[in-house]
Amino acid sequence: MINPPAALRPRKSPMFWHAPYYRHPCFREGAKAQLAIAPGIAAWGLMTGVAMVKLGLGVTASLVMTLVVFAGSAQLATIPPLLGGAPMWVVLVTAFCVNLRFVVFSAHLRRYMMHLPRWHRLTMGYLSGDLPYVLFVQRFPEPARDAEGRVEQMAYLCALGSTNWATWLVFNLSGVLLAQWIPASWGFGFAGVLALSGLLWSLADTRLRLISAATAGMAAVLAADLPLKLNILVGILTAVALCLALEKYVDRVHGAQAR
Amino acid sequence: MTAVWLAWFTDVAQWFDAQGLDPHTLLTFVLMGFLTMVSRSFFFISDGEWTLPRWAERGLYYAPIAALTAVVVPEVVLTRGQFIQTWEDARLVAMAAGAAYFFWRKGKGQAVLGTIVVGMAAYLPLHMGLGW
Repeated sequence: MINPPAALRPRKSPMFWHAPYYRHPCFREGAKAQLAIAPGIAAWGLMTGVAMVKLGLGVTASLVMTLVVFAGSAQLATIPPLLGGAPMWVVLVTAFCVNLRFVVFSAHLRRYMMHLPRWHRLTMGYLSGDLPYVLFVQRFPEPARDAEGRVEQMAYLCALGSTNWATWLVFNLSGVLLAQWIPASWGFGFAGVLALSGLLWSLADTRLRLISAATAGMAAVLAADLPLKLNILVGILTAVALCLALEKYVDRVHGAQAR
Repeated sequence: MTAVWLAWFTDVAQWFDAQGLDPHTLLTFVLMGFLTMVSRSFFFISDGEWTLPRWAERGLYYAPIAALTAVVVPEVVLTRGQFIQTWEDARLVAMAAGAAYFFWRKGKGQAVLGTIVVGMAAYLPLHMGLGW
């Protein structure tokens, strides 16, 4: 009854999931890179699932939300207004605001993506959460110039995205189902923060990037009173603006190689 | 075709309603999933030909690390929105232990995985044992 009738079933596999990607050597490399941070995602997903149920969302609703929404912080942020009977547009605006950092990421990913057909781009985009995005642009700082390189890059992104998706879903769903036996006070969710911190250290490779990190951290703490996790966006935009200004200054005074 | 879709949507909504998930909430979830896709694809949804200005492209070089710190630092130094008042906090020790491991391994091999494991090995006893 919830299986779609035959006429509605897609005739092809989802477009991000096809053989040139998952048979590519880069796919294994991407899956390995994502699996290395999987314990962090797993613990974080598990505790998100626990928190959803403890916030008062029913088990069926939590399971469906996890499967459909696929955005941890937006899931947690929208449950209170949802249960409080807020109008649907308030819930949706909340979700979008919490997701605003992804809009910045999408500007970055654009040049890597535009060779793909639209639905293909959208499915890839859906899978590109925080960690796949960071790992991807770290591995490929520049978009490929030829067809072969593009397939290689998309194979890598596809591996990151699908591994992340699978890990997140399995553990988030488990968290929902096991919520009554897992007290939130154990604090397993901190593994997610540690996973992010590990990536953070690996990105700190230039002085200006260190300044970017310090600025973003401070700005996000100072703006912590903003609703809807907007402090994250404030942190990113402040850091990027300051670094652009500094970069201009350094280039003018010392030349580009001094960065 | 539209009728087949509508009939199916009605079936699905009724089935979930019977499981305790009302159609209004179900619709909200579907739209939120759509929003996840829209926000993550925002700048590559349209097929239009345009490129970011050069300065914006340069700026994005600093975005990934900024995004990570903007998420991580408040999680570590704030407790319910207040700046922490004590060094006896399991999160600080865990971050330091994780970072020490990462830089000891010079970021090679499975350094990120090690950061998680070492950090949690420091965090769990302090947090669950001493209540830090």
